[in-house]
This record gives sequence, structure tokens and C-alpha cells, in this order.
Amino acid sequence: MPVALRSLFVDLFEYQARDMFAAHGVPVLPGGVAETPEQAEAIARDIAGQVVVKAQVKVGGRGKAGGVKLADNPEEAKARATDILGLDIKGHVTRKVMVAQASDIAEEYYFSYLLDRSNRTFLAMASVEGGMEIEEIAVTKPEALARIPVDATVGVDRAKAEEIVDAAAFPAEVRDQVIEIAIKLWDVFSKEDATLVEVNPLAKAPDGTVLALDGKVTLDENAAFRQPGHDALEDAAAADPLEAAAKEKGLNYVKLEGEVGIIGNGAGLVMSTLDVVAYAGEEFGGVRPANFLDIGGGASAQVMADGLGIILGDAAVKSVFVNVFGGITSCDAVANGIVSALEILGDEATKPLVVRLDGNNVEEGRRILAEAAHPLVTVVDTMDGAARRAAELAAA
Amino acid sequence: MSIFLTENSKVIVQGITGSEGRKHTQRMLASGTAVVGGVNPSKAGQTVDFDGTSVPVFGSVAEAMKETGADVTVVFVPPKFAKGAVTEAIDAGIGLCVVITEGIPVKDSTEFWAYAQGKSTRIIGPNCPGLISPGRSNAGIIPADITQAGKIGLVSKSGTLTYQMMYELRDIGFSTAIGIGGDPVIGTTHIDALQAFQDDPETEAIVMIGEIGGDAEERAAEFIKAHVTKPVVGYVAGFTAPEGKTMGHAGAIVSGSAGTAQAKQEALEAAGVKVGKTPSEAARLMRELLGA
Repeated sequence: MPVALRSLFVDLFEYQARDMFAAHGVPVLPGGVAETPEQAEAIARDIAGQVVVKAQVKVGGRGKAGGVKLADNPEEAKARATDILGLDIKGHVTRKVMVAQASDIAEEYYFSYLLDRSNRTFLAMASVEGGMEIEEIAVTKPEALARIPVDATVGVDRAKAEEIVDAAAFPAEVRDQVIEIAIKLWDVFSKEDATLVEVNPLAKAPDGTVLALDGKVTLDENAAFRQPGHDALEDAAAADPLEAAAKEKGLNYVKLEGEVGIIGNGAGLVMSTLDVVAYAGEEFGGVRPANFLDIGGGASAQVMADGLGIILGDAAVKSVFVNVFGGITSCDAVANGIVSALEILGDEATKPLVVRLDGNNVEEGRRILAEAAHPLVTVVDTMDGAARRAAELAAA
Repeated sequence: MSIFLTENSKVIVQGITGSEGRKHTQRMLASGTAVVGGVNPSKAGQTVDFDGTSVPVFGSVAEAMKETGADVTVVFVPPKFAKGAVTEAIDAGIGLCVVITEGIPVKDSTEFWAYAQGKSTRIIGPNCPGLISPGRSNAGIIPADITQAGKIGLVSKSGTLTYQMMYELRDIGFSTAIGIGGDPVIGTTHIDALQAFQDDPETEAIVMIGEIGGDAEERAAEFIKAHVTKPVVGYVAGFTAPEGKTMGHAGAIVSGSAGTAQAKQEALEAAGVKVGKTPSEAARLMRELLGA
């Protein structure tokens, strides 16, 4: 699944999802999150009895990687937390563990709500065959996974919850509990502006109680204006420092592994620029784009300076490709922006810049750059040609 | 002819008194668009002046339609108020609602799209540059002066790639160019635009620009295979986008496609679409097709 460079969806850690579930009345087991073995020990002491220590990473397969362990007492919880904290799971370093009461499981179910973008609706999915293999079940036994569209203008009321639960054929002894949970999970999905709420497993304990044992929640960052609590859920520790700096300045920047810094206007054009640079780089020993940076339609001098500042702060960058189509902001304004940005940056600007301008008033834009004659700047007329030059400079 | 927007279109602007609304109303007027009014409940009865053109402000979309005969609205209101604005336009029964606003929560877009079903309003966007039928009308923020009227139809998820392609093929010109927006949930799709271009006698060939994510391009490819007889040239952005992670299982179960640029290109080529490796190559392919 490629990362959508436009999308502003934020994945939560399991413990954050669990807290959110609890806040909306979804039954979960007692537990807490720890950043040190001592904290894990203290949580285990509060819970008393057997606990499970789980790595908090935003990637699947943590169990197989040794990121989930049982502990019979607080000392063992401390030891297991020591093992797991710092563990690298598929490139994700474990910085936190969740310590939760261990639970015997009689049955495992599956339940989720999500945005179904193909059908432009919300979708509920539920199965009485939950657990790790749900994706396989969806393929091999599709009838075992109920898929019920949810009308966005109505949401999930009791009748809808009953429809979902009955479509998945939950056993009679848990039906009422699961209906309640379905309604409360819809509260999580709807009130928190989520695009995904998934419980796997939704577990029946030996005493018949149904609980959300593990959960995943993805939130829509576009809703931040009405979700003041969501800011605190961001994983500042994991953010790349350049990405964090870009975010401060309101820039849409994604760090990649490459040598050609990229600045452009408009998400589609910047994606296209990355492609063109990668193609050109094949000729020069596999030079790749170093980042995605969309400075938007405006491309003012300050935004250009901020963008260049971030890119030049990336030690891996050997050359920079500024690719702007002058539409609303015409090319002369963009050229003036580049010249001013280089003035603002002064000695901080140390790497060659290849500039390609096209669109409105392009002759005047090129004239301004030619007149400024900045020693670092090369102007190339076409996008393909400019990409080639930037790749060549990065490989030099 | 053109699609969705003609020289007879009468356009109103929701959010005409805001800075973006004002700036782009000016540009729409300058390119010859019949902007007949604006909507702002708290400024009803006032007028906004643009270089000698005085545009009346109405209290509601319904009132603006009644007074001016408007059949197109362009929405510039902030994300917080966008759902309300679009819902109002749907309730008023306007034919076309172009949602420029960026940053609308997907829940709101999903809700207003669901609300529009079975009603008479076509939605374009959100988070889109709008559409232009060069020389006739311009509803949104697409620069009017980069191309001329002609025989190519263009549909694209991306704004600046739309402009780039319009510029590359400016000598041939366009019947209509539509930016449908890159948000996960949008109103008018590639397929809707392809159908309209197929039915438009003035459009001789179609450029379709897509990008990674979702399966809209794959479904458009199926549609082209079955229903489009005019030549189509494609371009897909995002081949080098980094591999992301998939959270949970639900997304993987629902998504009918890998969503990669590669998968999209293959689907389009299988449908007989010539796909350019870069925007310039796509433009060259179109020239070859048209013998221009």
C-alpha cells in the first residue's frame, strides 16, 4: 500500500485506541502504558495477577517479533518490559509498552468501521471468526465476514447495530453485548472523526464477558479544528526532525532516502517530479529524490525560503530541483521568490539549485533569474531536462 | 460544446466576501465568466465590486438562484462551514456545486455526498481547482490564460498537473478541463467525466491524470474499456512514492487494488489507454494521436 502523500490520516498506538475506547464506554481490560521497566512493574502491581506486556508500534506482526509477552508477577513484567523496550520491529523502535491484565479467551471475533472510499460510504465489517487470520478469511470464506454499508447521513443506531451483529451471526449469548459495543464503537468512529476503528480480537472471556482486547484507530487530521484533544495523540518522538521542522512552518514535507531535494507546487506535480527525478537518476548511479515538498499554489518568497531552508538542512541532499508551474502565482513572482529566498538564506545556501519554471509569464521569470545570476542557480526549460541536470549534479 | 460548464452558465460564489473567494471571483470575471452573485448570510443586500463590476450578495443559495437564475455555485467557505454550504446548495437544487475548499474532514464530505444522492446537484471536489471551458466559463481557480478552446477533454485529480498538461497542449486547446480533487471522497469521478466527454461532440480525445491511492483509476480503466470509443491518453503520478504501512486488516480487505501507480498504469494500458511516463511524454502521445 503506497503512502498517499496527500492524506492526512494519523494512526494511533494501541494504548491510545484503548483509552479512546474506554472513554466511549467500550469494555476494555485494565492496563496502562509504560516507557520504562519500572513503570511497567508499577502498572503490573496495580493490576495484580498475570499481565501481558505489549510493544507499542504502528506495524503488524509484533507478536512474531517477540513484542508480546506474558508475565506472572510485577518483577517478571519489569523483565519483559526491559526485553521489549528498544526492540526493533520491522524498522519501528519500541519506545513504549502497554501492560494489560491477561485474559483467557474463549472465542475471538472481529469488528471494524471504516471509510470505504471506493463506494464513498462508511462500512461495518464483523465476523465471529476473528484473530490474526481475518484477511485470509475475507478471501477464502467471504461469507464469514459480514460487510454492511453505513449510511453517512444516518450512522449506526440500534437497528443498524442489530443488522450488523445478526449479519455476522454472533451467538445468542453475546448478541446483546456486541450490539452495545457496536453502538459505542460507532461513537468512537463518528465523534472522534476516525477513518478506521478496528477491534481484533473482540474477545469473549470464559465468563462470557465481551471485551475489546486489541484495537486500531486512524484519525482524520482535517478534523483537527473540532478535535482539540487529538493534538496530544501525535507521536512527536517518532517524527523525523526535518519533518517536524517543516510542520512547524506549515509545509507539507516528507523525508525520503535520496540525494535530490525537491520543491514544487501542488501535490500531484511534486509526486510527478519525484518520478521524473528517479527516472533521470537511473542514468547517474541510481540517484533518488530526497524528499516530497509541496509549497502550495502561492509560492511566496518566505514560503520558498522556508522550504529551501528545510531541504538544505538535510545532509543527504546534494542538489535541489525547484519545479514550479506558474498558474495563479505567475512565474515572475516565483522567480522573485527564489531570488529573495536565496538572499534570506545567505551563506546557508550551499548546494546547486536547478530551477524549472513554466506557465504564466515564464519569459519574465526566466529573465529575473538570469539577471540575478546567482552562482548556485541553473535554469533549465523543461521538467525532464531539469530533472536530468539535478540528478547529474547530485551524482557529481 | 463543453461539459458541465458552458457560456450560458450563471455562477454564484459561496464565500465571496472572504479573501480567497474575492480573489478568485475577480479572476473568474476577468476570464469572462458570468458571475451573477455571491452568498453570505450576514452580508445579504450588500454588493462586492470588482473593477467596475458590482456583484450582489444574497442571504442564501436559494435566494441567489431565484433572483439571478444561477445554475452553478463555487464554494470557497472554510472547512468548518463547508458541509453546511454544500448542503444548502443541494437543498436549493442548484445543478452544479464546485467545492474548492481544502481540508474538509472526510466525514463531512462523505455525509454531503450521501446527502446529494437522488437529488439534482452534481458535486465537483472538494479540494479541487474546479473546471474551465476555455473561452466560455471558468468555475474555480484554474488559471484562464494558459490555454484556449479546443478539442481535448481533460480530467485530473491534481491541480498543478492539470495546468501543466493544459500548458503543454495549449496550441490544440481544450473543450473542458476538470480537476476532480485528490481527497479520498469526491463528488464527480474520473468515470463521470469520461462519460461526459464521450458524449460531448466537441471533444475528440481525452487526457486522464491520476495518482496513487484508492482504485479510481482502475475502475476508470474498466469503464474506458466498456464505454469510451474516443482515444484516451493517461498519466499517473506517484511511482516513486515510498511504501507505507497498512494499519490493521480492514483497509487491506476492502481495497480492491494495491493502489500503486504501477497497478494503475497497467490497468489503463490493458484498457487500451496510452500512458505517458512523464507529463511531457503524455502530451507527446496526445499529439501523435491527434496528428498535431
